[in-house]
Formats: sequence, C-alpha cells, structure tokens
Amino acid sequence: MKLNGGQMICQALLNEGVDTVFGIPGGAIMPLYQTLPQYPGLRHILVRHEQGASMAADGYGRVTGKVGVCFATSGPGATNLVTGLAGAMMDSVPMIAITGQVAREAIGTDAFQEADVTGVTLPVIKHNFLVMSAEELPRVMKEAFYLARTGRPGPVLVDVPKDVFVEEAEFEYPETVELPGYPPKMEGDPEAIKRAADLIAQAKRPVIFAGHGIIISEAYKELQEFAEKGQFPVTTTLLGIGSFKSDHVLNIGLPGMHGSAYANHMINDSDLLIALGMRFDDRVTSKVSLFAPNAKVIHVDIDPAELGKNVRPTVPIVGDVKHVLQQLIPLVEKADRRDWLSHIDELQRNHPLWFEEDDVLRPQDVIQEISDSTDGRAIIATGVGQHQMWAAQLYKFKEYNSFITSGGLGAMGFETPSAMGAQVGLPDRVVWTIAGDGGFQMTLTELATMVENQIPVKIALINNNSLGMVRQWQDIFYNHDYVATLYSGNPDFVKLAEAYGLLGIKVTRKDEVGPAVKQAMEWNGPVLVDFQVEQTENIYPFIPPGTGVDNIVEDPRLVKKRVR
Amino acid sequence: MTQNTGKMQQHTVVALVYDKPGVLNRVVSMVRRRAFNIGSLAVGHSETPGLSRMTFVVEGDDSVLEQVTKQLRKLVDVVKVSDLKGVNAVYRELSLVRVSATAATRSEIIQIVDIFRANIVDVGHDSLIIEVTGDEDKLESLVTLLKPFGVLEIMRSGRLAMVRGVSQDSAANGVSDEDVPAPAKEDQAKSTPLLPPG
Repeated sequence: MKLNGGQMICQALLNEGVDTVFGIPGGAIMPLYQTLPQYPGLRHILVRHEQGASMAADGYGRVTGKVGVCFATSGPGATNLVTGLAGAMMDSVPMIAITGQVAREAIGTDAFQEADVTGVTLPVIKHNFLVMSAEELPRVMKEAFYLARTGRPGPVLVDVPKDVFVEEAEFEYPETVELPGYPPKMEGDPEAIKRAADLIAQAKRPVIFAGHGIIISEAYKELQEFAEKGQFPVTTTLLGIGSFKSDHVLNIGLPGMHGSAYANHMINDSDLLIALGMRFDDRVTSKVSLFAPNAKVIHVDIDPAELGKNVRPTVPIVGDVKHVLQQLIPLVEKADRRDWLSHIDELQRNHPLWFEEDDVLRPQDVIQEISDSTDGRAIIATGVGQHQMWAAQLYKFKEYNSFITSGGLGAMGFETPSAMGAQVGLPDRVVWTIAGDGGFQMTLTELATMVENQIPVKIALINNNSLGMVRQWQDIFYNHDYVATLYSGNPDFVKLAEAYGLLGIKVTRKDEVGPAVKQAMEWNGPVLVDFQVEQTENIYPFIPPGTGVDNIVEDPRLVKKRVR
Repeated sequence: MTQNTGKMQQHTVVALVYDKPGVLNRVVSMVRRRAFNIGSLAVGHSETPGLSRMTFVVEGDDSVLEQVTKQLRKLVDVVKVSDLKGVNAVYRELSLVRVSATAATRSEIIQIVDIFRANIVDVGHDSLIIEVTGDEDKLESLVTLLKPFGVLEIMRSGRLAMVRGVSQDSAANGVSDEDVPAPAKEDQAKSTPLLPPG
C-alpha cells in the first residue's frame, strides 16, 4: 500500500493503539495535520502552548501506561516542547513527540522557523530520529514506540521535514524491531537474587524503598506480597506514591527532604535498604555519606546506569522490578519483625507529621479536605513547590498510580496541562490539580483547552501570593530577605477563571473550604477554586541540603509544644 | 556510601557504534556532559558492515567515568562499550611528521627513521614527511630526536586500542562494570581479538 509520510504517521499511531494527540499546527507540520481528518480514530486536542502539549502527553502517559503523543511544528513549536520532554525523561514517562522540520533542502540554511531540534533535544530525551525519506517512516515509528515504552520508558522525538510528510512510499508496518544496542533486561540474575535473599535473611531492620518502577511495571500485587511476607516497612518515594496502598499498616510514607521525620529516622536506623525501581535522588538521600550509615543496600532497577550512581549497592540487580520480585518472593522467609515495627511506631508517635490546626486558612487544610471529600480516590496532579510537598504528605491515596507530579525535573507549570492529559486518558476518574499561584501562571493558557474540550479538571489553587518554596528558603538561609518572591500584582483568579469559562470560587476562610470543595465536585465541568491561604506557612519537616537526618528541622510550633 | 573516589586517571574507551549520522555527536555529548576533555579520538569502520569502532582517550575520576560508560551503553546507537583501563591491550597511533632536511642532514635523518622502523613517504627539496606507527612513547621519542633538524608539522591519528588475545579472565576485568558482571563478561568475551600478541 502506498501512503504519504503524513498518512504513514497516522496509520502507525493507530497501529500502536494511540487514540489521542495533543498539539498545535504550524507551517512545517501542516501536511500531517491536513491528513488527520482521514483518520477519525485519532482525537486531536488543540492546546494553547506546546509546553502544554508535551506536559499533557506526559500526564496521559503516566495514568494510562500508554504512550502519550504530542505534535508541534518546526523551530519555536518544537523548542516549546522541550521542558515537557525533559521532565518525561527524568520521570521515565513513555512519550512520542512528532515535530515538523523545514523541508530537506532548507535544513541547515537558517530557514524560517528552523531549529536543530534533534540537536537541541538529544541530551534530554531517550532517543530521537531525523527522518530524511518517507520510506524510513514505518521502521522509525515502530522503533520510536518500542523505545518509548520498553525498558526504562522515556520520550522519543521524531523530526520530519515538511516535504517528507507529502512524499509517497510503500507502507508496510514492521512487526519487530532490530536494535542490538538496546537490550532491556527483564529477569534478574539468579545469583544476585540469591545473594539478596541471603542479605534479607540476615537483616534485622530492613526497609523497602518503593519507587516509580513499581508503578511502571505494575508490580503492585508483588510489592504487597513481598512486603507482607517479609514484614518490611515500605517508604514510597515522591514518584513511588501510589505504588503501595497508603492506608496499609506497613506504609511509612514519604522519605527525604520533606518526608516525615519518622520515615527518615527509620531509614537512619535501618540495616538493609531494599530499593525497588528508584534511583536514590538527592532529594531522597540528602548527603549520601550521612544517608542510612549502617545499612546494606539491595538495589533493583531496569536501568544499569542507576546502580551505583548515587549509592553503592551491596547487591545490584538489573531487571524489571515485577520480574525480580516474582523471583525473590519465594526465596524470602516469612518473618516476624515486631521489635522493628514497634520501634517505627514509637518513631511515629515521637515525630508525627503535624501541622497547626487553628482558625487560619492554611494550605494543609485544603489538601486534607480534598483528600477526605474524594475519599482518597482522585487523581492528583501538582506543580512544584510547597503545595506539591503538602499534597505528597497529606493526600491519602487509596488508588494505585494516582499522583502525577514533576519529580526529577521539578518543572513548575506542570500541574494544569498534566491534569488535563490525565483526565483525557481516564475520563471516568475525578482529577484534581493542586496548583501553586506561581506555577499555575506559567501554563494557565490551557484553561481554554479544558473548556473547549470539556475536560472537567478541578483546580485547587493554593494561593499564597508568592513563590512559596523559594520564600521559605529565604526565611531559612537568607534571613527573610524576600528577593523576587512576593507577588503584588496577581490577577483576580476567580474573574480569570470566569473569563475562560470555568466556574470560579473564592475561599478566604477555613470554614468555606468544605463547601467550596463540595461545590467543585458537583460542578459538571472545569472549576478553579482560589484558596487564599496563609502566606507565611512553611513546609516541615525539612532536611537542609548537604546535611543528614540529624539536622532535620521539624515545625517549630511542634517542637515548642513538645518542650511544654 | 561515598560517591567519587577523586582519582584522576587516563582511560581508553572503545565503543562499537552504528555507522550513521549523529552517532558521534551522541557519544561525544555524553562525555561532554561530565566536562571531560577528550584527549584523542579515532573512528573507523569495524569488521561488521554498518558498525564503526571508536577509541577515545579521556582523563577523569574513575567512578564518574564508570557512570559515563554506563550512560554510553544506554545510547540506542551504541552497541558495546569497554573501558580498557587495567587491561592488557595493544595501543597504536600513527603520526606524520614533516621535518626540515637539507642535503647535509638528510642521511642522518634517514638513519633515525630506520632505527624507529618508520618510513619516509615524501621527499622535498628542503623537507621530508615521515610516517611512524607505534605507541605514544615511541612517537614522542622520535619527535624529540627530530627536533634539532626542525620539526615543521605533526599530524597524529589518535590512539587505537585492541585487547590482547589472552585468557578471558583478564579480558573481562577491563569492562569495569562490576555492578552488572554477568552480561558484561559475555559482552567482552565476544570481542576478544584472535590476533597474536604484538
């Protein structure tokens, strides 16, 4: 069958099970767009900025486990995608970006809207292709999808010159790929697994670190079985939230810089870390030499480059965490760890996750209310900063894989488009964005996309009229010197919401939180609730960078209470 | 649980890569990301059509370089990477040296060239081009001896490296991927050259 380049891409997308594409057309990618009407199985969602397209594809990819797809034109269209692509790479999200390029003969001439997009994206994505003839397209598309979704997933970009979209060639979609330089290893080395089982048998105070890998490989059942059998307490990294039920007795919650003090003390007291599909990010370890000083480490990851990168494992295991757990579970003895678990109980009693509950409207009140009102069953998308950490600490997730956040890259502005993508991917779920007023203003143009496509995201704007996390660091490290962190000209967000066609609700008092959340839930469409919260509220606990758990800063109000 | 050992060491890294546009850029970009200087780089076709082999010499902290080689292995267009540090391997480089030569000095230069088993590949009125192959010490000694005659120009190919055909144990040691021993050993064994030592 002869097809042109644009038709080949659409047909390949359908062959790969894609039904939704986020994007914006432009000169170089127009021929692809003009073929879309021939493929009614592809729903195109017209965003308002390309960063919204890549971040929506990210949110879509995370919640569905399918490959998120975005389109952009050459030059500025493609460069606008980059932040979303880099974030997807850091957080291992399967994604395909198709970008238009100037026509083949114009490449390298500084043509109108030309940018070296494969060059620009090369260091921040998993792989990219510049397609110089239509006959390459079937193979390239097949490889792109294979690379995006296998091994450690990530974004793959396909850059297509304008004239390749219209060039005709024979279309035969390959069934297999040949990539000898890319062999993802699924099974763990049996020798290493045996050594891991031996370490586990000797351990007195083991801890599981559950990361994003559990979610990506859907090893929920295996993780629970493994944890219950060995009676291991489980700490879930920021991206591992939703890998283990938050109401499970063995779930100890978030570790690291803004994790609970008890989780960090537990890690410090541990003699064996069992790290499953996580990468010992600096936000987890703080200063590596002070991190879990008495612990041996079993580290399981599908990416060999993660093993030994930050923390030297005693037993490294390369493999898919689901397979490795299936291999490991039979080798682990049922254990009784009453002493260790009661020690952790005591840590929880002595170092609770605490916030001030008085008459003042604080960010934590909002998140707690949303958690209660949704019974922990919503998808929560966040931006980056204080509100993100409060959401990670306080929302009680009862469903797997329901926390969508920019972890590795920490890209503000992620909240709105990623929530939109998640809602498109799973239309039957309730999706809340917990947004900060700083990050929200980076991508709020997507409100128009939500209204246009009837995407009923509920936006909780945690509005403290500032860049809260940076302001907090100014409190702690710069003697309250608030350089460029306090807003004095924020818009009226309720009017803004209304201008876009959303329902807007303003909340200034604590007793209004419950009714506002209820009203938002009942509204059949996108809603923005402007929660005008206490500006000076800081996120605790806090391990200052470059230190360890001994330097953990708990909420001064809690410390004062304790002294009394 | 410390990260860097802080040891700065010279590493010779050999990578088997696909022979297609942009691959050199991908490899070099990964090395650049950790701010390593590439001391020399040589690329050419391998024994397999469609695959090239590159040898590059970098100086860097051992553990950081280990991370770089692991990241290189992740590149889709890179089939195999070996760090030859501590491995018994043959290192060769080719150099072209243009040296001033008058009728009076020519025969003396030819004597030196013979001792080094080098070749004279061009003779001009007032200069010679000498082609020499060997390890870097040999190349540098020759240049030192030629300096008094007037060295006008030097071109060097960059280091080529190949593991000697010895027991697999010592060959495997060079892969320096202690964290993933099983696949790495196999990886290396396949490439053990069948050439005689020398």
